[in-house]
Amino acid sequence: MTQELVWRIAGGSGDGIDSTSQNFAKALMRSGLDVFTHRHYPSRIRGGHTYVEIRAGPEPVRSRGDGYNFLLALGDSFARNPQEDAYYGNEEVKPLAENLDELREGGVIVYDEGLVDIDDVPDFEQRVEENGWHVYPMDLRAIAREHGREVMRNTAGVGATAALLEYDMEHIQGLMEDRMSGDVLEANLDILQMVYDEVEEMEFSHDLRMPTGSHDEEQVLLSGSNAIAYGAIDEGCRFIAGYPMTPWTEVFTLMTQHLPEIGGISEQVEDEIAAAALALGASHAGVKAMSGSSGGGFALMSEPLGLAEMTETPVVLVEAMRAGPSTGMPTKPEQADLEHVLYTSQGDSCRVVFAPGNVAEAYDQTRAAFRIAYDYQLPAIVLYDQKLSGELRNVDESFFDREPNPDLGATLTEEEIAEAAHHASGKFQRFQHDPDNDKGVSPRSIPGQKDGRFLATGNEHTPEGHISEDPNNRVAQLSRRRRKLESIREELDAEESSHQTYHGPDDADYGIVTFGSQQGTVLEALDRLTDAGHDVRAMGVSDMMPFPDAEMTEFLESVEQAMVVEMNGSAQFRGLIQKELGRFGPKLNSLLKYNGDPFEPHEVVEGFEAIIEGDEPAPTTEFVPAAGD
Amino acid sequence: MSAFNAIGENREVEREEFTPGIEPQATWCPGCGDFAVLKSLKGAMSDLGKSPDEILLATGIGCSGKLSSYFESYGFHTIHGRSLPIARAAKLANPDLEVVAAGGDGDGYGIGGNHFMHTARENHDMTYIVFNNEIFGLTKGQTSPTSPKGHKSKTQPHGSAKDPIRPLSLALTSGASYVARTAAVNPNQAQEILTEAIEHDGFAHVDFLTQCPTWNKDAKQYVPYVDVQQNDDYDFDISDRKEAAEMMYETESALYEGKVLTGRFYHDENRHSYGSEKRSVGEMPEEPLAERYHDADYEWERSYDLLDAHK
Repeated sequence: MTQELVWRIAGGSGDGIDSTSQNFAKALMRSGLDVFTHRHYPSRIRGGHTYVEIRAGPEPVRSRGDGYNFLLALGDSFARNPQEDAYYGNEEVKPLAENLDELREGGVIVYDEGLVDIDDVPDFEQRVEENGWHVYPMDLRAIAREHGREVMRNTAGVGATAALLEYDMEHIQGLMEDRMSGDVLEANLDILQMVYDEVEEMEFSHDLRMPTGSHDEEQVLLSGSNAIAYGAIDEGCRFIAGYPMTPWTEVFTLMTQHLPEIGGISEQVEDEIAAAALALGASHAGVKAMSGSSGGGFALMSEPLGLAEMTETPVVLVEAMRAGPSTGMPTKPEQADLEHVLYTSQGDSCRVVFAPGNVAEAYDQTRAAFRIAYDYQLPAIVLYDQKLSGELRNVDESFFDREPNPDLGATLTEEEIAEAAHHASGKFQRFQHDPDNDKGVSPRSIPGQKDGRFLATGNEHTPEGHISEDPNNRVAQLSRRRRKLESIREELDAEESSHQTYHGPDDADYGIVTFGSQQGTVLEALDRLTDAGHDVRAMGVSDMMPFPDAEMTEFLESVEQAMVVEMNGSAQFRGLIQKELGRFGPKLNSLLKYNGDPFEPHEVVEGFEAIIEGDEPAPTTEFVPAAGD
Repeated sequence: MSAFNAIGENREVEREEFTPGIEPQATWCPGCGDFAVLKSLKGAMSDLGKSPDEILLATGIGCSGKLSSYFESYGFHTIHGRSLPIARAAKLANPDLEVVAAGGDGDGYGIGGNHFMHTARENHDMTYIVFNNEIFGLTKGQTSPTSPKGHKSKTQPHGSAKDPIRPLSLALTSGASYVARTAAVNPNQAQEILTEAIEHDGFAHVDFLTQCPTWNKDAKQYVPYVDVQQNDDYDFDISDRKEAAEMMYETESALYEGKVLTGRFYHDENRHSYGSEKRSVGEMPEEPLAERYHDADYEWERSYDLLDAHK
């Protein structure tokens, strides 16, 4: 394997771990490396153990790694209770103590001896010896205090990292100059230089050095949340309504930051029922609109979601999954809202659900969600999770160089309305059973347009919108609304590029299937399995509804057995495959994880080996990695 | 050029334009107070010269929610309690629309109470009519948020132990800038009040007493009524928040003692509407957002031009 850096910066919540890691990731990207970040943080404002991992190398990085090889343990400056028997344990040393299990053999440790007392870390010396770790204690806090302020110990830590890896410091200096100014910049640059010089004088016992690479073109560093917001902006979305909830808040705040600058409207409202209802109201009045939430808030949106289906009001909702049920683990990723999002709200669900697998797909599929929602007049949902929401990845800048699409979809001009069918009551026939096209879509008018008035109602209704329980009308309307999903599937199947991702040989004996954000991890695991001689192929699925029956059939027919990888405890995605394509049930096994941490590639490798090479696996074998992995 | 030519026509509009060409058989019972809301709304819109295609009438669920079926305009018959968030977003999307929301007392003061509070707080330029019949009618006579204490029904068989909600006071406290109560038995006053409410630049709340002859048979006909502006016994300044609050409290209490007080209770002409507040902090475009999607010359912003922060 090419040499890679997997750098973990650990500290307390509120210690600036997130921003420091973002800056360092950007510096690595600027110096020609591909980067990928993984964020782990508690649901607390201050204190509590948090870390961010940056994986960097000369080749594209798709996933977090197996463990990591460089730890910068800053100590927790917000630790509240230094007693070991306290409820949360001795927090001060957690940035060191809690991260040792995943540190690879021969890894490097820099820790802040100003905050962390290694006597409080169980068996530290022994573990260092056993694992061949290289330990560099530094009083980062004292250095920061001496030359600036205590918070600048992060800068000192980054300086130590750069020096120990023999990484050219100008990349970090350049970034600081972009971000800071005046005395703050001055002090940070001093600290960086001082630590760098000090470390350079030290004797290194480790071999790890910063990998080198180069990019052919300008790169940009984005999270899944950034990508969703940009996809929405490029589709002409200029209205968002929401209520704060982790991790959806990231998309909400990004949109709220950009919309006023580009003449849009963001509304923070009383609850998520209102949020989704506002998005419907804005869309009904002729603006491209969105809302979103995480699991609990999305539950409140069930009502307006059903109303959008019944009134055929286009809207895009995003759902950022976190571990449930109920409040669950607010800052931990899970993929257990799949069934919730597919089916919530009364009646037959008639919606589109996409689960993008990475940053680029998050952008593309958000755009597709808007296009389809407005062309077909239904709600489209982008389903992602805390993992994709916060992970940063570099993408070619040119990827975003595309035309905007503010088109409102199936709407009519006043001239077209004048020509269109009207009911004897005077109302425009907005919900026609048999429109000219066979897509099931009946174009709409917009309030304010002359002679376009109609009634939108959550009751079953006639073509002009009047409430009706006539059985023939009911069947005609419901069938037409259902037909839209078939039309969408046909349209998606006819497109040149599928939302599904494939990796590995076409004629492999075995398959691994996953959905959403676990795609990158599975693809990396697949390469390792292939290198180890396994004949296996992977499929990452994004289209949850309408389901890609044809593609899934082709994949499952081609393999003897398939393992379905997902982050939940009840195999919801495998259940969906079996619901859509029941005959493949006996070929499917599950690899599940629900401890609050996304899969690491080695877990997928081990899960595959256990299931496929195990003693005649039962069709419903479930394999759950050991807790703590 | 506007894509919405029904807006701002300012022509003579006959009240009959608000009656559908084929009038649907109303599902309201004979003698129902809801007919009076329909009639006075038609009259008010005609008085104001609004045309049916520039009005969005968003209604909730219940007998009152059927208003949008019998009033000829753009209509949105939403879900129980949610007419306000839909209506106010439509107003933000296209401020040139005339937006009216309507629903019952259960819809507005019960299940939709949170939206009522917040829409009033934000002071959107719209009108909210609450059909207050002190009962759940369509679901057959259950106790509602405005039913009197001691009200017996199948859901409160021993008599409700709850004091009724105070809708006028709630509107005032929450931030509504126009608050009135009228009654179905007083159609002229109702039409005048609705006209004022629609004209008012801010959130106008009209608590409309609508007798339910089927499920609230205790002769709740809301007669005799007193118009507080026409009666010398009542002297208060409707622009004075404190005086208005006292009068509202008295009015709400009096209803349950058989005394029907109606009229204007609060009118603040100085408070800016939400749209104007939002524009003044730079969070809302000057031109109606809905028009932009029809402007072929508009240069739509791209994320590609926002990428500097990511390099």
